[in-house]
Amino acid sequence: MKDLLTIFFGALATILFSFTGIVMMSNIQYGRLEPIVLEEGEPAYPRTPSGEAMQGKEVYVDLGCIYCHSQQVRRKGFGADFERGWGDRQSVPRDYILQKRVLLGTMRTGPDLMNVGDRIPTRDWHHLHLYDPKITSPGSIMSPFAFLYKKQKIQGDELSPNALTFPPDYENAPEEGYEVVPTERAHVLVEYLLSLKLDYELPESKFAE
Amino acid sequence: MSTATTLEPETQKQEKVTLFEIDQSTRQAALLFFTCSLVWLMVGTLFALIASVKLHHPSFLGNVEMLTFGRARSAHLNSVAFGWANNAIFGILLWLMARLSQQKLQHGGLLLIAGLFWNIGLVIGVTGILNGGLTSVEWLEMPRYVAPLLAFSYALISIWGILAFIHRRSHHVYVSQWYILAALFWFPWLYTTAQTMIMWAPARGTVQSITNWWFGHNVLGLWYSPLALAATYYFIPKVLGRPIHSYYLSVLGFWSLALFYNWAGVHHLVGGPIPIWLISAGIVASVMMVIPVVVTAINHHMTVVGSFGHVWASPTLRFIVFGAMSYTLASLIGSAMALREVNQVTHFTHLTVGHAHHGVYAFFTMVCFGSIYFIMPRLLQREWPSAALIHIHFWGCALGITLMVVALHIGGWIQGMQMNNPEVLFLELMKNTLPYLHARSASGILLFIGHTAFFINFFWMLFKKQPKDEHGPTLFSEVETQNI
Ligand code: HEC
Repeated sequence: MKDLLTIFFGALATILFSFTGIVMMSNIQYGRLEPIVLEEGEPAYPRTPSGEAMQGKEVYVDLGCIYCHSQQVRRKGFGADFERGWGDRQSVPRDYILQKRVLLGTMRTGPDLMNVGDRIPTRDWHHLHLYDPKITSPGSIMSPFAFLYKKQKIQGDELSPNALTFPPDYENAPEEGYEVVPTERAHVLVEYLLSLKLDYELPESKFAE
Repeated sequence: MSTATTLEPETQKQEKVTLFEIDQSTRQAALLFFTCSLVWLMVGTLFALIASVKLHHPSFLGNVEMLTFGRARSAHLNSVAFGWANNAIFGILLWLMARLSQQKLQHGGLLLIAGLFWNIGLVIGVTGILNGGLTSVEWLEMPRYVAPLLAFSYALISIWGILAFIHRRSHHVYVSQWYILAALFWFPWLYTTAQTMIMWAPARGTVQSITNWWFGHNVLGLWYSPLALAATYYFIPKVLGRPIHSYYLSVLGFWSLALFYNWAGVHHLVGGPIPIWLISAGIVASVMMVIPVVVTAINHHMTVVGSFGHVWASPTLRFIVFGAMSYTLASLIGSAMALREVNQVTHFTHLTVGHAHHGVYAFFTMVCFGSIYFIMPRLLQREWPSAALIHIHFWGCALGITLMVVALHIGGWIQGMQMNNPEVLFLELMKNTLPYLHARSASGILLFIGHTAFFINFFWMLFKKQPKDEHGPTLFSEVETQNI
C-alpha cells in the first residue's frame, strides 16, 4: 500500500502543481478581462461579432480551417507577422475574450487570418477563393470548398446578384445558361472572415510603427 | 520504496505455470484491444494518406466534403491516437501489470465491456468528425457527446490496472509499474479537466488554449511516454536476460519526468497571446526535460551495450530499441524547439508535424509493435507465422518514418526561415514546401506497406491453427539467446 500511495500522491502533486500553475494561475490573472471603451462615444473593444459571423465561425470550425490557418499575430520583431501585413500590432489575451471557442491555431500552411477582414475586405474575392483557391492564388495548395456552392440554371436573363463572376479564362466555369451561387454556409463563412479584424488598439497593445 | 532492479526469475517449474495462467487471464481483453488497435491502425493510415496527398494535390477528392483536409487529418489523428495507440497500450499495460504483479487479472470480462464501449465511442466520434462534428480543438477533435462514453470505459480500464497492482503477490515494485500507475492516475485528470474547461464550461479567451496545450502535450508526456517507457523498461532487460543498468537512474528519470513534462506543454504557445511568464515557465520545463531523457537513455543504452547482436535478432527488441533511441532524439530536439530563437522559426511549420510523428510514431508506436511481437505468442501459445512479414513490417516502418521525419524537419525549417523573411512571397514559400510534402506521401506508402504486413501476420496468427511447438520463436536470425 505504501508504494501505491507514494506513486498516487506523487502523481497527484505533480499534476496539481502544473494545473494550478498553468491553468488556474492564468485564469486568475486574466480570466475576468472585459471589453474596454477607450474613448467616450466609441464602442467597446473587442467588438461583439454579428450573428451571421458567429454562424460562419461554426462552418470554419467544422471544416477544420484551423489546421492550416492560425489566428494570432506575434509581436513585431518576432517572426515577420507585422511585415507580412498579418496585423499592425501583437494580438493579446483581451482580443479573444468574447470567443466561445478560441482558434489560435498552430499551423501556417496558409497565412494568419487574425486580420484578414481588414486585409481582404472584398466578398467576391473570398467566394472565388473558397470556390477554387487557384483562381485568386495561382498554385495554391489550399483545399477547394466548391461543395459550399451550388450550380443552378439562370432564371430569366439576369444573373442572381450573388452569383460568382469567374475570370474569362477560367476552365471550370459553369456552362452557358448556368451560374454558381454561395449556399447559406458559404455566405456566413465569408461574413465571419470579414469580421476578423485587428483594426483597433487596446491599452496593452498599440499599433506598431 | 521496496523496489528491485531485476525482474523475477521465472525459471522454476512452479512459477512457469503461474506465469502461463497470469498471461492467460489477460488473454481475452488483450486480444480484443490488439485486434481493434490493428483495425484502427489501418483505418488511420488510410486517412493519413488521403490527407497527405491532399496537401500537395488539393483537387484529389476535392469535392468530397467529408474528406476535406481538416476533417481527413483529424480523422487520421483520432484513429491513430485513440484507436491504434490507446487500444494497443491498453492491452500492453494490462498484460504487463498482471505479469509484474504476479497475479491473475480478476473478472477480465468487464474489460471486454470497457473495450467495446471505447471502440464504439471512437467509431461514433470519428464518424462525427467526418460528418461535421469536428471541434477544431487539437487533440480533442471528436464531438463532445462521445466524451462520457470514452471516460467511462477509460475509468474501467484504469481501475483494473490499479486493482491488479493492489492485489499483487510480488514484493517488489518494478519501475514499469510506477510508470503505468502514474499514467493511469494522470490521464483521467487531464481528460476530464480539458473537456470541462474547453467544451462544457469554456474558460475565458486564451485560457482555453492554455488548457488545450496543457492537455495536448501531456497526452504525450504523461500518458503515451510513461507507458511506452514502462514497456521498454520491461522488455529490454527481459529479452536480454540481464537487469536494468541502474536502479537509481530509473528513480531519477521517473520523478524528473513527472515534474517537468507536466509544465512543458506551454511551448506550443510561444509567441502567442498569453502571459510571458507562462511561456518562460514552459520553456524552462521543456529544457529541463533533458534530465529525464538523458537519464533514461543512459539507463537503456548501458543495459543494451554489448548485446546488439541479440537486439538485432529479436523482433521485439529491434522495434523497441529503435523506439527507445527515437525517444532520446525526439525529446532532445523537442527541448531545443522550445527555445525562443528556434521556436520563432519552427512554430507554425511542418517541422512541428514531423516532430509529433517522431515522438508518437518513431518512439511510441515502434515500442508498441515490439511489445505486441512479444505478447501475442504468450497469449496464443503460437508463434508468428512469417518472419518475412516481420521483416517487411520493420523495414517499411523504419525507413518510412525516417524519411518522413527527415523530410518534414528540413522542409519545415526552410518554410519557417522563409516565412520570417518578408522578401519571400507567401505563395512562393508555400510552393517551396511541395517537394517535402511529396516525400511525406512517399513515406506514407512505406508505412502503409509495413502496416499491411503486420496486419496480415497478426490475423494469420490469430486464425490459423498451428501444431504446437512447430518451430521455436520467430526470429530474424539464429542466435544463442534465452527468453526471446
Ligand atoms: C490545406 C491547407 C488549408 C486549408 C484546410 C485551408 N486553407 Fe486557406 N489558405 C491556404 C493556403 C496555402 C493559402 C495561401 C494561398 C491562397 O491564397 O490560396 C490560404 C489562403 C487563405 C486566405 C487568404 C489569406 C491571405 O491573406 O491571402 C483565406 C481568407 C483563407 N485561406 C481562408 C480559409 C478558410 C475559410 C478555410 C476553411 C474553410 C481555409 N482557408 C482552409 C491553405 C489552407
